[in-house]
Amino acid sequence: MPVKKLCDLAKTIRSKNAGPDKITFDVIFRERATYEMVKRSRALTRETVCRIFRIPDSRISDFVEFDPGCAIKFTIFRSRTSGSAGDGDIYGAQQYGPLFDVEVPVP
Amino acid sequence: MADGDGKGGRRAGGTNRSLRILNPNGHLGFAPIKTGSFHRGLEERPDMVAADSGSGDVGPVPLATDIASSPREWQEHDLEEMLVGARRLGVPMIVGSAGDTGANGRVDEFVAIVKRLAEKHRIPAFKLGYFYSEVDREVLSRKIARGDAVKGLDGRPDLSDADLAATDHVVAMADVHPFIALLDQGADVIIGGRSSDAAIFAAPAIRMGFDKGLAYYYGKVLECSSFCAEPYAGKESVIGEVTDEAVTVTPMLEMQRCTVASVAGHAMYERANPLYEYVATGTLDMSRCHYEEIDARSTRVTGPKFVPAKEVRFKIEGAGRVGERCVGMAGVRDPHTIAHIDQVIDWSRRHVRERFGETGYELHYNVFGRNGIMGDLEPLKDRPGHELCVVVQAVAPTREMAEAVAITATRQMFYARLPDVKGTAGGVSFLFDEVMHASPACRWTINHTVRADDPLELFPLHMTTAGV
Repeated sequence: MPVKKLCDLAKTIRSKNAGPDKITFDVIFRERATYEMVKRSRALTRETVCRIFRIPDSRISDFVEFDPGCAIKFTIFRSRTSGSAGDGDIYGAQQYGPLFDVEVPVP
Repeated sequence: MADGDGKGGRRAGGTNRSLRILNPNGHLGFAPIKTGSFHRGLEERPDMVAADSGSGDVGPVPLATDIASSPREWQEHDLEEMLVGARRLGVPMIVGSAGDTGANGRVDEFVAIVKRLAEKHRIPAFKLGYFYSEVDREVLSRKIARGDAVKGLDGRPDLSDADLAATDHVVAMADVHPFIALLDQGADVIIGGRSSDAAIFAAPAIRMGFDKGLAYYYGKVLECSSFCAEPYAGKESVIGEVTDEAVTVTPMLEMQRCTVASVAGHAMYERANPLYEYVATGTLDMSRCHYEEIDARSTRVTGPKFVPAKEVRFKIEGAGRVGERCVGMAGVRDPHTIAHIDQVIDWSRRHVRERFGETGYELHYNVFGRNGIMGDLEPLKDRPGHELCVVVQAVAPTREMAEAVAITATRQMFYARLPDVKGTAGGVSFLFDEVMHASPACRWTINHTVRADDPLELFPLHMTTAGV
């Protein structure tokens, strides 16, 4: 089956703090059909998020397929609280890069 | 707004009542209000002008060291626009989480700015209400001693005396109650301490008797102003209307629209879960929200529900100073050194240990070009780029020691001895051969909830007058 990269399918891919101890990721689609296709493909699930970021499932606090927003959203616990010395991303705004290359089978 | 008290809100025969609030800025003072759409919004004659000024996003430094992260000039700009606009219309103005952190000093500053602006513009005398949100560490300590646990959020353990000792400032996040109490006392302008974003807008709606589900949703969708509209444009004004049936949002900037996608999408922003919002007195359940575009620019939402909590628990935020901080930077282009950068860092750490001992300071190395941003989350950390920048941070009790640790750590990277290295005249590049003093290193020490018997007990109210 041919594949497309998530960055070519999503309108928005972003990350941001959700409080000092968590970072939340939003993958938002313009078209409902694209959203449904990605959802069906299982390319972005709790399991694939664990693989992409090499984290155990316990690091994921929330994983939601948010139909009204045509979005897949998940939240992970930080290993270092926002803004503590050594934290490379106080706002958590640059953690989404690895999601670009997620391959989605396109029927 | 009990009917007809002249403080915003309308009631027509008891059924078609509504409340319309104009919000010009999702984080007042952080970047200036775009005045074009705000003035356009004032022409719509809203019942109230309100904005949130808070954010914990800026990290722990402002709360720990009791400063604002927003520039004073922009805070004054935004407060001036809101004050002059609201007083000209004769409607209430509400600001929550004054000065980014909502600490007492920031509330006092906003109150002083409002007073000064009122005199500058010769605004007729009005009632200025404000409340504080800072919590005395002693109060928390006594609660813990009584067995009334201060519960950890997001996987944190219950608050310990050690966490408290490491904390310089604590703020509690107010719900609607202090805003309602000050409106009841006739406040024309309210400056709030740390507040739940949604509560700022929900308070007047609940005071008028609107359904709490709709009222809190109203606050939730309005609080970030133009972030609920598309295309993206920050610091533009939005008007929200709540009725007995629905919440409707409309952007004031001509080029923006509130669509189902933009309004539903906003529910996700900066939050772990788009379906629920938590305040001290309960949970806003957005899982059954129905979104509908009612015209080219407005979206109407129905179906949010408020579920009251079994006990009132306020979220508290605390931050403390860890030490003074100094920063050095070193660049690397030698391919062999890049391949062995961890050995270079070990060499640097070892020399710091030899001079300063094992403890009494912190040392952090962020390797940009490899995983300086994402740390252990970086999937490509075994594929560094062809050049790296290592940012070294030293944290120590005094500025002098922080500088000495940072300069030792940074300079020793220059002298690191790697087996088989070909470049033997210096292992790293420098922009300058010195280190930089930075803000103190601070830490979020508290992200917890505390039980309260009375929803006003943590939020002392004050009333004064301003204007001429």
